[in-house]
Amino acid sequence: MASLKDLRNRIASVKATQKITKAMQMVAAAKLRRAQEAAEAARPYATRMDNVLANLAAGMAGRDDAPKLLAGTGNDLVHLVIVATADRGLCGGFNSSISRLAREHIYKLQRDGKTVKIVTVGRKGRDALKRLFGDKIVKSYEFTGIRSIGFAQAEEIAQAVLGMFEAGEFDVATIFFSKFVNVVTQVPTAQQLIPASVPAAGQGGVDLGGAVYDYEPDEAEILKDLLPRNLAVQIFKALLENVAGEFGAKMSAMDNATRNAGEMIKKLQITYNRSRQAMITKELIEIISGAEAL
Amino acid sequence: MADKLHFDLVSPERLLLSENVDMVTVPGKEGDFGVLAGHSPMMTTLRPGVINVDEAGKPQRRIFVRGGFAEVTPSGLTVLAEYTIPVEELDQARLDLEIGYAEEDVADAKSDDARLMAQEKLDHLKQMRHAL
Repeated sequence: MASLKDLRNRIASVKATQKITKAMQMVAAAKLRRAQEAAEAARPYATRMDNVLANLAAGMAGRDDAPKLLAGTGNDLVHLVIVATADRGLCGGFNSSISRLAREHIYKLQRDGKTVKIVTVGRKGRDALKRLFGDKIVKSYEFTGIRSIGFAQAEEIAQAVLGMFEAGEFDVATIFFSKFVNVVTQVPTAQQLIPASVPAAGQGGVDLGGAVYDYEPDEAEILKDLLPRNLAVQIFKALLENVAGEFGAKMSAMDNATRNAGEMIKKLQITYNRSRQAMITKELIEIISGAEAL
Repeated sequence: MADKLHFDLVSPERLLLSENVDMVTVPGKEGDFGVLAGHSPMMTTLRPGVINVDEAGKPQRRIFVRGGFAEVTPSGLTVLAEYTIPVEELDQARLDLEIGYAEEDVADAKSDDARLMAQEKLDHLKQMRHAL
């Protein structure tokens, strides 16, 4: 049985751990609020972009000269998988559920005889996929040194992806990230980026009161300009959702850890009190029986 | 002045401006254009330049924008810009940086079309530096 001193040390160490998890939970809560605000602030841009794209894409559908970003290359051989995870762990199953979804998707593509290329965003995703698909990872991004993810980072990724697309290095691009539903629920999601999945026109469209849009330059030109921007916006949206999800997951994971530590302290304290009492009783018996023997 | 124009300026990160103004001048791809209330619906991409917001007959705000597009609907004008900075905060160094980007674009351009476009952008920026 553990000595009293051991138990005391143990309790002290669990208490220290509990303090840390408690602090991490509070930090995550504060950061979550910021991340949620950022995600909300980014919404107007994305919504308007969607509306405009929907309007334009409806006019381009079925035309031969539709841009490749919208219509695809006509092939379906090489798939680019972008896996966006967090840079840090200690947030429950957040990172592993994203990589699991991506892994299953990759296996499925491989079974179908497709070539797979991987771009990872975030350290944890790279770590998780490196062992299995190390030779397929073409690029990795990490934002450990950056305080909060901005549009510049999303644009950097988008530029690289566009460069690869224009060089004909892949046909289809899909991004894996975690959709932020609420603090306790994050749903790992796959979204196709190229060819662009465009929302159906007519939804949320603006009523022009019978007037027709003047396009300057023409529609095709605008679309050509807009699609690459849309890619960056979509990636940005995914990254923001991820950040919010990461802190949400971290918050609940740390909440659990704090509670578990509390229970553990309680149990250890009981064991400690019991063994101390047992020791006192034993010593008393020894003294009494010693006195009686005289 | 009769009606006011509702003007939204949106960056990917947040909604920057949403107010009712008299007139806005936007640097469109094929030339600057002014938008008053009741403008016919139109859509255009932007080139790097300055947005002028006029109120009560006087220019109130000048904002430098890069990349994005403008949309005019009966409900107002919406400018989606990837990068914005108020002109007051725009200085020589910042412009030089922008020109540096544009020069890179010219050097990187793969086709003649792209080079021409990048060159135009660059010239425009140089003009702006001159004006500053």
